Amino acid sequence: MSGMEHHGHYEPATGVEKWIDKRLPLPRLMYDSFVSYPVPRNLNYMYTFGGILMIMLVIQIITGIVLAMHYTANTAISFGAVEHIMRDVNYGWLIRYMHMNGASMFFIAVYLHIFRGLYYGSYKEPRELLWILGVVIFLLMMATAFMGYVLPWGQMSFWGATVITNLFSALPLVGEPIVTWLWGGFSVDNATLNRFFSLHYLLPFMILGVVILHVWALHVTGQTNPTGIEVKKKQDTLPFTPYATVKDAFALMCFFVVFGWFLFYMPNFLGHPDNYIPADPLVTPAHIVPEWYFLPFYAILRAITFDIGPIDSKLGGVIAMFGSIAVLFVLPWLDTSKVRSAKYRPIYKWFFWIFVADAVLLGWLGSKPAEQPYIIIAQMATLYYFAHFLVVLPLLGLYETPDEQPASISEAVLGKDGDAALAESKG
Amino acid sequence: MSEEVYEDPTRRDFLYVATGAFGVVGAASVAWPFIDQMNPDASALALSTTEVDISSLEPGMSMRIMWRGKPVFIRNRTEEEVAAAKDVALADLPDQDARNGKAEEATDLARSAGEGRESLIVMVGVCTHLGCIPLGVENNGGEFGGWFCPCHGSHYDTAGRIRKGPAPENLPVPPFEFLSDNVIKIG
Repeated sequence: MSGMEHHGHYEPATGVEKWIDKRLPLPRLMYDSFVSYPVPRNLNYMYTFGGILMIMLVIQIITGIVLAMHYTANTAISFGAVEHIMRDVNYGWLIRYMHMNGASMFFIAVYLHIFRGLYYGSYKEPRELLWILGVVIFLLMMATAFMGYVLPWGQMSFWGATVITNLFSALPLVGEPIVTWLWGGFSVDNATLNRFFSLHYLLPFMILGVVILHVWALHVTGQTNPTGIEVKKKQDTLPFTPYATVKDAFALMCFFVVFGWFLFYMPNFLGHPDNYIPADPLVTPAHIVPEWYFLPFYAILRAITFDIGPIDSKLGGVIAMFGSIAVLFVLPWLDTSKVRSAKYRPIYKWFFWIFVADAVLLGWLGSKPAEQPYIIIAQMATLYYFAHFLVVLPLLGLYETPDEQPASISEAVLGKDGDAALAESKG
Repeated sequence: MSEEVYEDPTRRDFLYVATGAFGVVGAASVAWPFIDQMNPDASALALSTTEVDISSLEPGMSMRIMWRGKPVFIRNRTEEEVAAAKDVALADLPDQDARNGKAEEATDLARSAGEGRESLIVMVGVCTHLGCIPLGVENNGGEFGGWFCPCHGSHYDTAGRIRKGPAPENLPVPPFEFLSDNVIKIG
């Protein structure tokens, strides 16, 4: 890509740098990726969440490693071990609340990042693999968060684990053996808690691995931008440092203010009080709800209350829930429009916001009890969720007349005259 | 156009195939212990029977005991509850299997502890939808006066049969036998 010309190159200055550069050119890779790397000059603050997410992953790993130094995975003492961290360990309350609220902040950032991608068509050719890697990270995040929530061994831990692992029992024939295998027993018990702790420690490092692939793919294709037009010439871009670095850093500090607000003033706002009751296998809480970031998918799971041909409602709900994420994998091929950015798609723009409203509605429904009128509303909202991907997006690309797009990014930012003046001044 | 030349296999070809075959069989046989270690261990399997004394159960009373880490409901049903369960036509049941391990039709008799002990019902108190513990009549037994699962709204009747909601099957009847008139062995 000629437009993806780097802004300057790595020049090892000192003898030590030259010595390293000949043997392992890691500083060169970092310089080319995070200093001279060209980014579109029109990136807005919605493009800062990728960097924020990387920092959140690091925070979760650091706080998690520290918590593991004080935690014990055993049904008899895990609940007490978490209380021990909260009351006895020096700054244990802070580190545990950071980890707990950090998970929520991680999901807030990832949802904004995903909706940014949906609005600006970031998943379209040639960034399909980049998008798919992102969905893989999202799935790994959900598995990690789910297993982490089980570790304090409260009522919601136990019953959340019971409900979610039981999803697999919906599979014909292999369902029951799979659930027994996942549990390592005939119910969620000590064996389950131990393996969840082991996997909860493992998965973040797998996420880290996929994040590296995600960033690699990003740096091969280059970033998208609010116009959706590819970078064509050097004036379309700016060097990553200082332009993107300072923007990412400023956004991160603003994000930390919100994080700090939850952390210090309302650390349990996003949690559920029932999880401060020790797990009791004989008593199901009257109202089981997952953490807020799973609510839309939980609503979809519960929306299928009817049999569909040979598929009973239980399997149907499980298929719908996994389908709601699986559909994201094929999104690059469902959206038939060649225009990336919703800025130039007058009709898609509306459908995008309707979809956002639908997702928020599903989240609200997921927190409500399984009774009317919530069930019927959840069924309509689930139907719309799938219709957005399977009907609206394929048809819209065929029938929508997009607005005229600017010739280049720099023209969109600076206007035709400014673009020409900049080209002249740069020679 | 190059002519295809077939040569006799060399010593390297032989070693290549032999090593590959050895490695694949070895990897497959080592994979199984790593998968099977997650299945229930000997200590979990050892806890598979439980004995209960039911002499204190008056009609209309229930008890809940633990068997294999799961609650088992034992209820001495009232005459009205038994009559209500008997009145239901099989065709009205979403799940017509008694789920008592004997492949019988889900009549009230097949669900209960048998002739002469029809008021007694023993079943695993785990919702067949996603594994929550249904609530009994003491606190909202649902529309059919039996059990109600608060998680996703499954209603069971007085014989523990699914009547309404997302659960696909009746509450399962565990294997049990009477050791004496008042003592049951479950498992």
